[in-house]
Amino acid sequence: MMPQRSLMLTLLSAAIVFGAWQIAGMIPVSYAFPTFLETMAALMRMILDGTLFVAFGETLKPLLVGIAISAALGIGLGLWIGLSGWFDWLFSPIFIVMQAAPLAALIPLLVMVYGIGLTSKVFVVCIMAMPVIVLNTSGAVRNTPSSLKEMGRSFLGSERDIVLKIILPAASPIIFSGLRLGVSAGFIGAVLAELKITPTGVGDIISYSRSIADYPSMYAAIFSIILLAVLFLNLLERLEDFLFEGNNRGYASDT
Amino acid sequence: MQAPAPDFAVTARRISKNYGAVEALRNLSLDFPRGQLTSLLGPSGCGKTTLLKIIAGLLEPTSGEVEVNGKAVTGPGPDRAFVFQDFALLPWANVLRNVAFGLELRGVARSEREAIAEGYIRNVGLAGFEASYPHELSGGMRQRVGLARALSVDAQVLLMDEPFSAVDEQTRRKFQEDLLALVQREAKTFIFVTHSIEEAVYVSDQIAILLPRPSRVSEIIRPGGFRKKGADQIRRDPEYLDIVDEIWASLRSYVE
Repeated sequence: MMPQRSLMLTLLSAAIVFGAWQIAGMIPVSYAFPTFLETMAALMRMILDGTLFVAFGETLKPLLVGIAISAALGIGLGLWIGLSGWFDWLFSPIFIVMQAAPLAALIPLLVMVYGIGLTSKVFVVCIMAMPVIVLNTSGAVRNTPSSLKEMGRSFLGSERDIVLKIILPAASPIIFSGLRLGVSAGFIGAVLAELKITPTGVGDIISYSRSIADYPSMYAAIFSIILLAVLFLNLLERLEDFLFEGNNRGYASDT
Repeated sequence: MQAPAPDFAVTARRISKNYGAVEALRNLSLDFPRGQLTSLLGPSGCGKTTLLKIIAGLLEPTSGEVEVNGKAVTGPGPDRAFVFQDFALLPWANVLRNVAFGLELRGVARSEREAIAEGYIRNVGLAGFEASYPHELSGGMRQRVGLARALSVDAQVLLMDEPFSAVDEQTRRKFQEDLLALVQREAKTFIFVTHSIEEAVYVSDQIAILLPRPSRVSEIIRPGGFRKKGADQIRRDPEYLDIVDEIWASLRSYVE
């Protein structure tokens, strides 16, 4: 009963948004704003002739590499920062500054140092994705309930066991929320890199279609990358549920 | 070679503990008879949990020494198991894994530790809940999980930090009765922290009354005959009631 109802609501909300889009496109609010159906037609065309897959192949490279690096390095560093006060003092400010820095302003610098290839784009993704992953991880690790850590020690857990079997799983809800934020920031970074550094992949479709006033294609490309991001985040949520069942329902002592 | 077996499973000698300038414990000495239940009773802030954690090896005393079975405590050990006030269960693990977690940390193989855990889950009355998660259990059931975890590592000394303070009154009474049976059944030494006078008198063989700032043992009471009369008779026994009154008389001036 319930899943069906929530599916209905999801479909309903999608119908409202797309309906509004369609109407706004038909008025039209702007010459450069296509209707929903035109956009979908352009999307289908790009899927059928394969351009979209080629473009995603390009875009996903820096995105996946950047996210993989950010996740592995970010969780590792965050863990370290959370466990050691000294490391916190050394590294936290860097990530706080990184999080606050306006990325677009740094891109020329990155291009100067790393050129216009994959490296620069990976860097852009990392700069976007990593700070929130690091800061969330370190915060969550620091806030592990002290009685759980004491429990581990009193039952003779080794340092390693306490980190792997208690601190990391206890921190996982917040680590995962950091990952979700990081991944969505990484998507922004990947597209930004393609718009600002060299037009490739989805960024290329967006800027090229705009330059030839093919707005349906431009919106289709934007739509497809948003769709991909949503799917990716959903996947991450599934992974979390699978790994730590029971965790997302709060701590037993919360009640 | 073997000295005559000491009567005391745990001895604390001249324990002092300072937190910066604050003196939590000063020069506290106390013996815990083997196979019996000793309560640490006192107003809040009297350092009873601090003492328990020092015995557990979770905290280091500023000076003084704790011995368990004649061996000095330098950290947590296999001879002691801890029951936590807030249960300290892993929310992402089911009852079976939580109960077996102490054994898991000791590197006991999975099939073996789960077999042991299942036995204690039955013992504490949670059979059928092996696959449940902590959030699906009531407070009382969660503490039974905590108790089963402590029992399953088979330590000689069980340290209980206000284990029943987070459960409701009826459950608490049931727990106290069960605890009496447990002390009878298991040849273990229990050290039990509580702030409830009635609870201490009901469950203890020996009650150490701690007074605060800095904390010291002001009195040791050993309830006598009424404990053999059966769990349901204790609460109306005149000696039980007298001891409760007496303790309250000596503590009341320390309660703001």
